[in-house]
Amino acid sequence: MADWVEACAVDDVEDEDVIRFDHGGRTFAIYRSPGDEFFATDGFCTHEQAHLADGLVMDDIIECPKHNGRFNYKTGQAKGAPVCVNLRTYPVKVEAGKVMIQI
Amino acid sequence: MAGTMKRDYSLVGESARRAIETGLASAEWYHTDVPRKAMKELMQRSDGPAIRDTIIWIVAILGSAAGGIYFWGTWWCVPFFFAYGVLYGSSSDSRWHECGHGTAFRTRWMNDVVYQIASFMLMRNPVTWRWSHARHHTDTIIVGRDAEIAVMRPPDLLRAALAFTGILDFRYSLPALVRQAFGKLSPDEKSYVPEMEQHKAVTAARWHIAIYIATIALALTMRSWVPLVLIGLPRLYGTWHMVLTGLLQHIGLADNVIDHRLNSRTVYMNPISRFIYWNMNFHVEHHMFPMVPYHALPRLHELIKHDLPEPNPSMWHAYREVWPVLLRQLRYEDYFLKRELPPTARPYRGEFHDVNMAAE
Repeated sequence: MADWVEACAVDDVEDEDVIRFDHGGRTFAIYRSPGDEFFATDGFCTHEQAHLADGLVMDDIIECPKHNGRFNYKTGQAKGAPVCVNLRTYPVKVEAGKVMIQI
Repeated sequence: MAGTMKRDYSLVGESARRAIETGLASAEWYHTDVPRKAMKELMQRSDGPAIRDTIIWIVAILGSAAGGIYFWGTWWCVPFFFAYGVLYGSSSDSRWHECGHGTAFRTRWMNDVVYQIASFMLMRNPVTWRWSHARHHTDTIIVGRDAEIAVMRPPDLLRAALAFTGILDFRYSLPALVRQAFGKLSPDEKSYVPEMEQHKAVTAARWHIAIYIATIALALTMRSWVPLVLIGLPRLYGTWHMVLTGLLQHIGLADNVIDHRLNSRTVYMNPISRFIYWNMNFHVEHHMFPMVPYHALPRLHELIKHDLPEPNPSMWHAYREVWPVLLRQLRYEDYFLKRELPPTARPYRGEFHDVNMAAE
């Protein structure tokens, strides 16, 4: 059974933005959507290993800072070249002002 | 005894192998520190500026084409086709580029539509070139990795001069499209286009060739050169401005480094060239932060210029700087123009300078 891990405080992530979260030798990206929901994916672009936390959140899209590859951060789906491989996503819940992800 | 080996610019050769072995390939590049809040503002997308500029672009294209057709058969058509050629054969390059990055418009389909049209105007396969440009940003001017090195070392000055005429584009781009239309991708193309995307490259090439065949058929039917002067041939006679501005991006500067301040050039240009070029004269800034849309590059430049080499004040100044470097590279291909960083700049990681890709 996967563990729930505290990733950050709710206020650590601005509206329509993304931050980086490192845990257990792995890197994740934590998103706050314009609808004030939280999501989590692997932290690196599947194309060239750039940190997605340096990218741009637009609606339900995260754009990679290196080659402008786009993913739907809610589903992990790659949205066209130069990314072809989907992102892995993780369940998220908010408890007592903390963002928890299941990894 | 170890001797000097020429640079191998193929993407599947010795230089490629060495770039991977030495860590130059897919390396972590230098970035100027920019606060996240400021960068987020600079990265914001907007349809407005690109819609405005695209409307101006289309109106100018249609207007110059109409003038050229109206005055066809007289010398008065020349200035109209001069303008049309630049709008078709040069402006399309920056539209292709910015829309390929997906940063011109906020709306994805708008980027895609302009990207496809501009790719056709440039005789570029929209699929293979999308991937080659991604490689260009990963491994900028890394020998054996970058598929878009415009002037290799030692420089072929005749080839560089011919590029202004567009002849080389016909010589290479059109046969490449024909080859791709027959389903054949070169080993270099296969090295950067994922297998799952290669069939799309073939389909795109077939569409382009079909349009060219239709244009030729129309010209034959009309017994007129006008269709060809409007579609296809502008790639010959209108390319010069794209080459004039584009060559300056990296020419004469260091190769095999992982700091865009050293291998890219920012040049202040006149407003007309900046419109045609969509602000890509801020080229260090673009490479360092490709997420920033063209219309925000001047603001980015102001924010980070303390950390960048002094920009060339004009194209004329930049070419005067480049020319003696090219002449010297004819005899010493390892020679390059070393960019001086300002006193306020953060230091560059110098270890990759010690890698001599030409030495065996």
